[in-house]
Amino acid sequence: MSQANPQLNARGGLQHLLTIEGLPQEIVRHILDTAGSFVGIGEREVKKVPLLRGKSVFNLFFENSTRTRTTFEIAAKRLSADVINLNVNTSSTTKGESLLDTVDNLAAMNADMFVVRHAQSGAPHLIARHVRSQPHLHVVNAGDGRHAHPTQGLLDAYTIRHYKRDFAHLSVAIVGDILHSRVARSLIQVLRTLGTPDVRVIAPQTLLPTGIEGMGVKVFHDVEKGLRETDVIVMLRLQNERMRGPLLPSAQEFFKTYGLTAERLALARPDAIVMHPGPMNRGVEIDSLVADGGQSVILPQVTFGIAVRMAVMSILAGGS
Amino acid sequence: MPTLPPTFPMTTLPDAEALVGQLVDQLRPHVSPDTAMVGIATGGAWLAERLHRSLGLAIPLGLLDISFYRDDYSSSGLKASVKPSRIPFDVDDRDILLVDDVLYTGRTTRAALNELFDYGRPRSVHLVVLADRDERQLPVAARFVGATVRVPPGCSLELRRDAHGILALALEARLDAGNTPAPAGPSGAGAGR
Repeated sequence: MSQANPQLNARGGLQHLLTIEGLPQEIVRHILDTAGSFVGIGEREVKKVPLLRGKSVFNLFFENSTRTRTTFEIAAKRLSADVINLNVNTSSTTKGESLLDTVDNLAAMNADMFVVRHAQSGAPHLIARHVRSQPHLHVVNAGDGRHAHPTQGLLDAYTIRHYKRDFAHLSVAIVGDILHSRVARSLIQVLRTLGTPDVRVIAPQTLLPTGIEGMGVKVFHDVEKGLRETDVIVMLRLQNERMRGPLLPSAQEFFKTYGLTAERLALARPDAIVMHPGPMNRGVEIDSLVADGGQSVILPQVTFGIAVRMAVMSILAGGS
Repeated sequence: MPTLPPTFPMTTLPDAEALVGQLVDQLRPHVSPDTAMVGIATGGAWLAERLHRSLGLAIPLGLLDISFYRDDYSSSGLKASVKPSRIPFDVDDRDILLVDDVLYTGRTTRAALNELFDYGRPRSVHLVVLADRDERQLPVAARFVGATVRVPPGCSLELRRDAHGILALALEARLDAGNTPAPAGPSGAGAGR
């Protein structure tokens, strides 16, 4: 990232959320604390607060996603914003319109916030740079290429804090397709920002990016060694759609060597929690018994994800 | 209605502990086993804890943090520490005492009413305040008032709570002498109003 953090405004407040990288710890904590106050709103008679009343949030999804788009939509609606969903891959871009022309058109419709998902790393940055003369406009990265998925990293951190209270003594293992995973990148960064002493990545060499050790993680190729005495296990989906060329013998082979089974889970601490960003492939990276078992917090992750996205959007919109 | 609350000139502030006692006496004839109480964070919640205990109310105390309902959010943003609101009883058809430390513009009360109604439809809501600054910008009135206090221009009136739980009113000079309430005060002080 360049010398001035493009995510922050002149007063050091959050202007856009593009990546966890370079985000001050206070801002990360502020987001998590605020999310804590939003969790209860989903259980009320009226599941809405008026913070973003009259604001227009555009979901710009240049890549398919149902869960992330839906949770952003629910989050914005619970903040009373108007939400407009654009599946851009079926729209103007197929008619040849450029990304920034699309953005300009939506800005001319008085948009207040863009939630952007794009297959190309850096697309949300490009949009944020493009709209910098319009400080009322905010950009949230909802996943770009292999680069970042900051709200997923934050909701994972929220989930871990909910069950484990503190990061200071935690051992967290991230297992599976690290190479194609923007989730893994954002999670590693948020865990490091919050001072997690032991972050491990467990994967075959073919599914690890080069230089991953530079992110402050320990690398394991043997899942049984890597899971020992961990407090948190995060399983990642095999992203077949992003794989070019044969990185793995087969999904069955992957499950045999890396899949999370009850026997392997028993190697972690007895109170370890199991997480997965979804969508999960049962029998590929995780056994059904584990996914549905008592240590799984996969569904609470989804619930917390809405509160975290509400926190991000309300902090962004309140800072302008 | 009880006798009119005493009015204090701007130089002397009333003793908050004495006002708590007076409010308890004022409230006692008006509470029943069905009366619920809700405090507005932070100072109003401190006061509500005291009143709730002294009156021996059976329904657990509620707490509102009105940060998500403020009308100055788009200019002031979210304060650093928003507490989760917690209403541990069914609001529908309930008589509710809404408790705040200082009544000033009436904007906090409006926000609190908006939030309360998102939990249900109470039968009645009556406002209880320790101190009334009497400089309203909205049609809001408290039914139970500890004291009316004149506050010099450019100052805010705050409730504080010390390590022993003793409440005290204090005047605080503030930079934004306009209409918007100041952002969250220093820890240990209620939201300045």
